[in-house]
Amino acid sequence: MTGRWIRDHLVLMLGLLVLAYTFIPIAVVVLMSFNAPESRLIYRFDGFTMHNWLNPCEDPSMCQALGRSIEIGLAATVVATILGTLAAFALVRHDFAGRSASNLLIFLPMASPEIVMGSSLLALFVASGLGGQLGFWTILVAHIMFCLSFVVVTVRARLAGLDDNLEQAAMDLYATPSQTFWRVTFPLVFPGILGAALLSFSLSFDDFIITNLNAGNTTTFPMYVWGVAQRGVPMQVNVVGTVMFLISIAIVLAGELRSRQRTKSLANPTPAPPTLAEELSVQRAS
Amino acid sequence: MSQVAEQDKTTASGGEDFDGLRLRQVTKSFGAFTAVDDLDLDIPNGSFFALLGPSGCGKTTTLRMVAGLEIPTSGSITLGGDDITFAKPYRRPVNTVFQSYALFPHLDIFENVAFGLRRRRKSDVEAQVNKMLELVELTSQARKKPAQLSGGQQQRVALARALINEPQVLLLDEPLGALDLKLRRSMQIEIKRIQNEVGQTFVHVTHDQEEAMTMADTVAVMNRGVIEQMGSPSDLYENPRSTFVANFLGQSNLIEGAVTHRSADLVTVDMHGIGVSIPVARAHADGDRGWVGIRPEKVLIGELGEELDAPGNSVPGGVVTDVSFVGVSTQYLVRMPWGQELQVFQQNTGHRRLFRQGEQVELSWRPEYAFLLDYSQDAAAGAQRGAED
Amino acid sequence: MSDFQRRRGAVGYLLLIPAALWLVLFFVVPFYSLLATSLYDPSGSDFRGYQMTYEWSNYSHALQDYWQPLVRSLIYGGVATLLCLLLGYVLAYAIAFKAGRWKNLLLVLVIAPFFTSFLVRTLSWKLILADDGIVVNTLQAVHLLGPDGRLLATPVAVIAGLTYNFLPFMVLPLFASIDKIDHRLIEASGDLYANPVVGFFKVTWPLSLPGVVSGTLLTFIPAVGDFINAQLLGSPNQRMVGSVIQSLFTDANDYPAAAALSMILMVLIVGMVLVYIRRAGTEELL
Repeated sequence: MTGRWIRDHLVLMLGLLVLAYTFIPIAVVVLMSFNAPESRLIYRFDGFTMHNWLNPCEDPSMCQALGRSIEIGLAATVVATILGTLAAFALVRHDFAGRSASNLLIFLPMASPEIVMGSSLLALFVASGLGGQLGFWTILVAHIMFCLSFVVVTVRARLAGLDDNLEQAAMDLYATPSQTFWRVTFPLVFPGILGAALLSFSLSFDDFIITNLNAGNTTTFPMYVWGVAQRGVPMQVNVVGTVMFLISIAIVLAGELRSRQRTKSLANPTPAPPTLAEELSVQRAS
Repeated sequence: MSQVAEQDKTTASGGEDFDGLRLRQVTKSFGAFTAVDDLDLDIPNGSFFALLGPSGCGKTTTLRMVAGLEIPTSGSITLGGDDITFAKPYRRPVNTVFQSYALFPHLDIFENVAFGLRRRRKSDVEAQVNKMLELVELTSQARKKPAQLSGGQQQRVALARALINEPQVLLLDEPLGALDLKLRRSMQIEIKRIQNEVGQTFVHVTHDQEEAMTMADTVAVMNRGVIEQMGSPSDLYENPRSTFVANFLGQSNLIEGAVTHRSADLVTVDMHGIGVSIPVARAHADGDRGWVGIRPEKVLIGELGEELDAPGNSVPGGVVTDVSFVGVSTQYLVRMPWGQELQVFQQNTGHRRLFRQGEQVELSWRPEYAFLLDYSQDAAAGAQRGAED
Repeated sequence: MSDFQRRRGAVGYLLLIPAALWLVLFFVVPFYSLLATSLYDPSGSDFRGYQMTYEWSNYSHALQDYWQPLVRSLIYGGVATLLCLLLGYVLAYAIAFKAGRWKNLLLVLVIAPFFTSFLVRTLSWKLILADDGIVVNTLQAVHLLGPDGRLLATPVAVIAGLTYNFLPFMVLPLFASIDKIDHRLIEASGDLYANPVVGFFKVTWPLSLPGVVSGTLLTFIPAVGDFINAQLLGSPNQRMVGSVIQSLFTDANDYPAAAALSMILMVLIVGMVLVYIRRAGTEELL
């Protein structure tokens, strides 16, 4: 009965519908990257062209802003990942007074409105006399600040899930604490660290509210888009958006393929050769 | 090759030059909880030693102290004369096969097995690893990751990884627990074979009494942080010295009685009006009351007045209350005049008839199979494996 | 219980200090600066400097002048959060219970669109909800919208944008919670004569509450402070408080007012969150 089928699969279909809905704007972004606009001010699809893809830096200030965002993103990622990883180790592996206070401190930035964080940072910079020196460094400081929490949470989750028998086994097998860390602990935590770094980069790259308040004369990519939103958006903005989307999909697919490969060989382990005991018992029986 | 150590209850008799594994007054407390209580143990080199006991008895803690993964609260551990009580695990000539195998998931089988050799900067790693993989028959799996192997294969990798370092003592922490019955049996035989071949001391921790008795030369039964009894499997089984051991290994009938007479070689006990005798070597109770113990398979069951082929202690007045056919044997529950139900196992040799529920029977056993235990001990101790805390 | 579980001593502090220090310096201390700034004499300026006069009237003035955007932000944020809960729950439920081996892939697909720039995505919504676009035309055709009706420059567009952009913040915590529910509990409820709807309300919903609580918090808090959606998709009638704060800082250079408004927003949010957590923690919800 179709009624039954619908009922059983209703939830799944609704879920997939919601999922599809999240991709609609992306489809528009991709589409618009091929757009040949008739008027700068009216944002709609007028005609197909490869022009935008072939001349991505037609507006040089866009590529400049893009460059800035990447610079800041990389720098913030490196610092936040290192500091955050160290902190995650401290919270999971070490016991000290103030652990719960630290946990709270780490959590708060994730739950604060960006406008408030941005405002307070600006207030700090102005009060410290840096009001006239807002730019790359103030942006970087802000980005590291809000990326830290996400790094700690991500690495901490991975670290906490590690079987500590493994480290004991390593020491049982003559590995000193330093060798145990570099040969067993670190390789196993690394995927978490990598994921945290990727998360950190995308958070930094995409930030607008905090950045805008503390940027001075520097322009990042989101700030650039905000600026042109009123004046007329060059379609190359959608090229950037599409490229970003493709990169993230590529990373996702790569990760998925790797884990599927592993699952496949798990499903068909090669059958164990007969043990000596089994062979012996067969011999004895004959 | 291996030595059968005839030990009295807990202390060992090794001399000053004992070069095996020696634990002296080892205690481990976690806060208010004492896991291991004043333990003394001598394990000679080259023996296959089993530490047997219910969960929570302290056997794993003891093992971890030998491995260096725990530090004793007090006491000392020496190996070959060297004090290793506080030595770090990576400085002890001791390796462990973990219960969960603890194979490194990010390394392939070859590198897992080679791990210890590489840390010790041994040369000729490849040849040794290949030889070890041959020994455990995993050569074809060398480049796979642990997750791609079955449970039995992983177990062998864990064994190989530890053995390859030729430790003075190999510790096995319930390594066969996760395997199914058939695989467990074949692994038990294989591990025993390997121990014979390599000749190193194996210390095997388990809660499975059959496993301990099958594999080990010497078994120590642990309960609540202390060793109840240590000796060869047959020693422990046939002549238990405490109710815990009597119930934990196999099953026992424990019948209360009053000691009436002690001579040079016999102890006579009045067991609810019936006189039974027990050889002095098997009487482990002073005082005027005791538990008379007899294993169910040693009890003969017959019709009233029947002449049993083994004249011994004769106990009339039983009524069969339950009959269970178990294939190999028939297991009876017989209610005695004093209310207790005794277990009787009769092998189905085909020579004797089967009794029916409600029949009146007479029981009998040879005096040399009975034992006498201290009355102050709990007759139910060790009876339910795993229920002990 | 092992000696190797948690190490005591200085190392823990050393590992944690860099990250903790950074957060204290650039997250905690700035709030103090914000408070101080909010009490400056408003007649000062960025240029001439500010005088600290404990001007508590900054707060009353801010409330007087800007209570509308403030209330509007709370309402928009609240509605968007509810919509996110609805959509997000369906999606999370579908993935957790109905996805089988596609679970991980679907989960990542939920997040993937959000690696594209926030601003570029929102621009796409501007196109999708345009006056002569598909959506408006369809709605006009079925008479849900008048012949002159529009979506852009209305609260609908703003809330739709907010809902879209913060959906992942709702889906992920929800999923984490729902995924943990033991399917057998629902089977058991069916065995005990509950139909699927009753089973949902009596078993699934209560067990997913931790996810609901964290999801709603992680969505509501940033949504209230957001102004990008309001600016790009709405008209000045839909102005949200974040936008006010931002322009008070950058356009009007009225730092004390901006800071005061920011503080008011933060206190409101913190207060609502505390009340919410207390209610969610102690009350038995239907």
